[in-house]
Amino acid sequence: MKSLQELKEIREAKAGQVNIRFNPDNAEEAVKTYVLVCGGTGCTSNHSWEIMDELKKLIAAAGKKDEIQIIQTGCQGLCAKGPILVVHPGNVFYQEVTPEMVDQIFNEHIIGGRPVEEFLMVEELTNGEKIHYVDSAFYNNQMRMALRNCGRIDPEDIDEYIARDGYMALNKALNEMTPDDVIKEVVDSGLRGRGGGGFPTGKKWMFASANRGEVQKFVACNADEGDPGAFMDRSILEGDPHSVLEAMAIAGYAIGANQGYIYVRAEYPIAVDRLKIALDQARDYGVLGKNIFGSGFDFDIDLRLGAGAFVCGEETALMTSIEGNRGEPRPRPPFPAVKGLFAQPTVLNNVETYANIPQIILNGAGWFNQYGTETSKGTKVFALGGKINNTGLVEVPMGTTLREVVEEIGGGVPHGKKFKAAQTGGPSGGCIPAKSYDVPIDYESLKEIGSMMGSGGMIVLDEDNCMVDIAKFYLGFTVSESCGKCTPCRIGTRRMLEILEKISEGRGEIEDLDRLYDLAKYIQANALCGLGQTAPNPILSTLEHFRDEYEAHIVEKRCPAGVCKALLNYVIDPDKCKGCTKCARNCPVQAISGEVKQPHVIDSGKCIKCGACMENCAFGAISRK
Amino acid sequence: MKVSSVPFSGTKEQEARLLEVIAKYKDMKGALMPIMQEAQDIYGYLPYQVQKIISDETGIPIEKIYGVATFYAQFSMEPKGKYTVAVCLGTACYVKGSGAILEEVEKVLGIPDGSCTADGKFSIETCRCVGACGLAPVMIVAGDVYGKLKPEDVEGILAKYE
Ligand SMILES: Cc1cc2nc3c(=O)[nH]c(=O)nc-3n(C[C@H](O)[C@H](O)[C@H](O)COP(=O)(O)O)c2cc1C
Ligand code: SF4
Ligand code: SF4
Ligand code: SF4
Ligand code: FES
Ligand code: FES
Repeated sequence: MKSLQELKEIREAKAGQVNIRFNPDNAEEAVKTYVLVCGGTGCTSNHSWEIMDELKKLIAAAGKKDEIQIIQTGCQGLCAKGPILVVHPGNVFYQEVTPEMVDQIFNEHIIGGRPVEEFLMVEELTNGEKIHYVDSAFYNNQMRMALRNCGRIDPEDIDEYIARDGYMALNKALNEMTPDDVIKEVVDSGLRGRGGGGFPTGKKWMFASANRGEVQKFVACNADEGDPGAFMDRSILEGDPHSVLEAMAIAGYAIGANQGYIYVRAEYPIAVDRLKIALDQARDYGVLGKNIFGSGFDFDIDLRLGAGAFVCGEETALMTSIEGNRGEPRPRPPFPAVKGLFAQPTVLNNVETYANIPQIILNGAGWFNQYGTETSKGTKVFALGGKINNTGLVEVPMGTTLREVVEEIGGGVPHGKKFKAAQTGGPSGGCIPAKSYDVPIDYESLKEIGSMMGSGGMIVLDEDNCMVDIAKFYLGFTVSESCGKCTPCRIGTRRMLEILEKISEGRGEIEDLDRLYDLAKYIQANALCGLGQTAPNPILSTLEHFRDEYEAHIVEKRCPAGVCKALLNYVIDPDKCKGCTKCARNCPVQAISGEVKQPHVIDSGKCIKCGACMENCAFGAISRK
Repeated sequence: MKVSSVPFSGTKEQEARLLEVIAKYKDMKGALMPIMQEAQDIYGYLPYQVQKIISDETGIPIEKIYGVATFYAQFSMEPKGKYTVAVCLGTACYVKGSGAILEEVEKVLGIPDGSCTADGKFSIETCRCVGACGLAPVMIVAGDVYGKLKPEDVEGILAKYE
C-alpha cells in the first residue's frame, strides 16, 4: 500500500532514468547507460532472452552493474526486424541482434561510446538507399498516444509506469472529479471505440452510469483481438499493461462499478503473464483494491482467458463466455450498458480505447480532440502487414491518408510491384483499392468506400494477390468461426463460400455474381450478431472494386494474378527448353512429352498442376500462366 | 457424446491436482472455463473421464461441459502428439504463403492437418494468428515459434524434435 505522496516520490526518483528514453536530446540527464532489449512476442520468438543473458554476463564480467542497466521492454512494433536492442543515451537502434553481435556492441558502443555502424537499424528506401531508422518516416511520421510507453518502459516494473505519470489520472479522477465530470471529459474528448464499431466511449459510459451505488455493475476489457494478422492490443498489453488497468479503474469510478474483467486470448501467453504481474503490483501499491487513494472507492480486476473462438470478440458473446458458457452471442437490445455481464449493467471497451483514457483525464479533452478529424479524434494504431516494406505497428493521427501510411511510413510495396489494395477491418472489413489511395483514414470515410476502420489490421496486397482468393480466405474464416446459432450466418456464409470456390476453380457462371450479391445483402440484414452481419463485406467490397477479376475467372477461366491453382497452366517456352527431359521424368502423371534435345510440351488435360516440373527445370523454361 | 478411441490413462496424481483446481475455483462466478483450461493443462486433453470428474465435483451437468468443450477450438477431446506443430493461417501469414508451409508439413509428416502421426510423436493443427505477424509466415512446434519460413525450412526444423 502506497500513499499518493509515496507514488510522487517514486516518480521523482525514477524520472531521470525514464525520461531520457523519451527525450533523447537531453542526453546529459542520463546517469547511466540504458540498454533496452525487446521482450515482446515477436522478439521472444527470435530468442531475445539469449541477448539479455549475454549482456548480463558481459556487464557482470566488466564489473559495470552500477553504470549499465538492462531494461526488458514490450513490443516496439518492429518485430520483423527483431530482436531489437536500443541504447540510451543516443537512442541507437540495433536490428536482428544475435548473441555474437552483443559482444561487439558491448565493447565498441556501450563501453567504447561508438555505435556499431554495420548493425544499426536501417530503412531501405524504394530507390535502394539505406537510412538510419531514427531518420526514417516510419519513426518520425508517427504519433504515439496509445503506444506512448510501449517499447520504452519495463512493463514488469510499476515504478517505470509511475515515472510516466502512471496512476496520477486515477488519483485526479478520484480526488478532484465527480464521476459525472469524468464522463463529461471522455464525452468531450470525442474518443470512439477502437475495437471496430467506433461507438463514442463517453456516451457508452453515460448509458451505464444510472443508479450508481444501487446496483452491481461491471467494467470489462475486450482483449480478445480476433482479427487474424493484427497485434495492436497484444503490444499494449505486453508493453504497457498498467495503462489498461488504470483506465478500467477510472471507468469503474465513472459508472459505479467495483469489479473489472479482462478477457484475453489464450494465444497471447506473454501478454497474460505481464497482466498478472501488473495486477499483483497494482494491488500491492493499493492502486487497485480497497479505498484507492483514500477516496473510499474500491476496484479490482480479474483475468479470464479465451479458448480460441473468434466470435467471443463480439461483446455479448464475450460476456456469455466469461459467465462460463458456450460463447454464443445474444440479441441486442438489451445492450450491455443495461444488461451485460451476469445480467448487470456493464461497460465493455477495447484495449486500445482504454489505453487513451489516462492521458485524456490528465491532459483534458481539449488536448486529445485537437488531433484527428471532425468526427474521428485522436490517433489509431495499425498493424501493417502483407506486401509492404516496413511491416509493423504504426500509430497515426486520424485523417492520415492511406497513401501516407503505405508509401511514406510503410515504405511502399517491395520488389517494385504495384499496390493493388489494402484490406482493413479483417473478416468484417473490405478492400480499399488503389483509386482510393488518398482517402483520409477515419471511421466515416472508410465506411463510405465499403471497408471499415476495424480494430487496426491493415494488410497490403499487390498485383500478385488474387481478390477472389482473398474474399475466399475471409469467407473460409467466417464459416469456420460462425457459432451456428442463426441460419443466415450458418448456412448463408457456407453458400457464399461454395460459390467462391466454384468461381476460383473455373466452374463459375456469370449469374453467380448476382447470387453472391443477393445472398450477401440477405445475410447482412438477417444475421443475429456482428460476425454474420459483416461477413459479406469482403465479398461486397471486392465485387464492387474488382468485378473484372471475378469476370476473368468466370468468362475467360483465367486468374489474372496467377493464384487460383485450378486456373493455372504450366507451359514450356520452346525457345528456352533444351530438351534435357528432366521435367518429363519428374512429372507424376506423365503429362510431359518430347524427344531428347527437342522442346518439350505439357498436355494441360493431363497436368495436375503440382509444379514439380517448374521446380526441376534448370533452364527456367517452364512458367505458370 | 464422442468418447475417444484412445484408452484413458489418467493417473491418481493428475486427479488429485484436478481436485485442487476445482476446490480453488469453488466460489467463483463463471468458474467452468478456468477449470477446464487448467484440467487440459494437467491431462493434455479433455477426455470424457475428465469432464465427468469436473461434472461430479461441481454439479455442472456433463452435457453443459461437453457443450463448452466442443464450442472452443482450444479444447481437445483427443490426445495430441508429443509435439504439436501449429501452422498459422492468420491473414498476415496467409498472404505471405503459409498455405504452402502447411502443405509441406503435411508432406513431411505424411498426415493431414488435424491428425497425429502413428507413433504419437507429431500432431498438426492450424491456428489463427499468434501475434507474431511481423515474422509471417509462422509455425509453432512444441511452443517454439519459427518465423519467416520457406517450405524448404520445414523438414530441417521438424528433424530437430526427437
Ligand atoms: C465478430 C466480432 C468480433 C469482434 N472482435 C473484437 C475484438 O477482437 N476486439 C475488440 O475489442 N472488439 C471486437 N469486436 C467489437 C466488440 O463487439 C465491441 O464493439 C468492442 O469491444 C467495444 O469496445 P470499443 O467501443 O472500445 O471498441 C468484435 C465484434 C464482432 C461482431
Ligand atoms: S451471426 Fe453467426 S456468429 Fe452471430 S449468432 Fe448468428 S451464427 Fe452465431
Ligand atoms: S526440364 Fe526444362 S529444359 Fe529440360 S526438357 Fe523440361 S522444360 Fe526443357
Ligand atoms: S505441373 Fe506437375 S503434373 Fe503438370 S506437367 Fe508439371 S510435373 Fe506434370
Ligand atoms: S516483439 Fe520486439 S518489436 Fe515486436
Ligand atoms: S497472422 Fe500469423 S502470427 Fe499473425
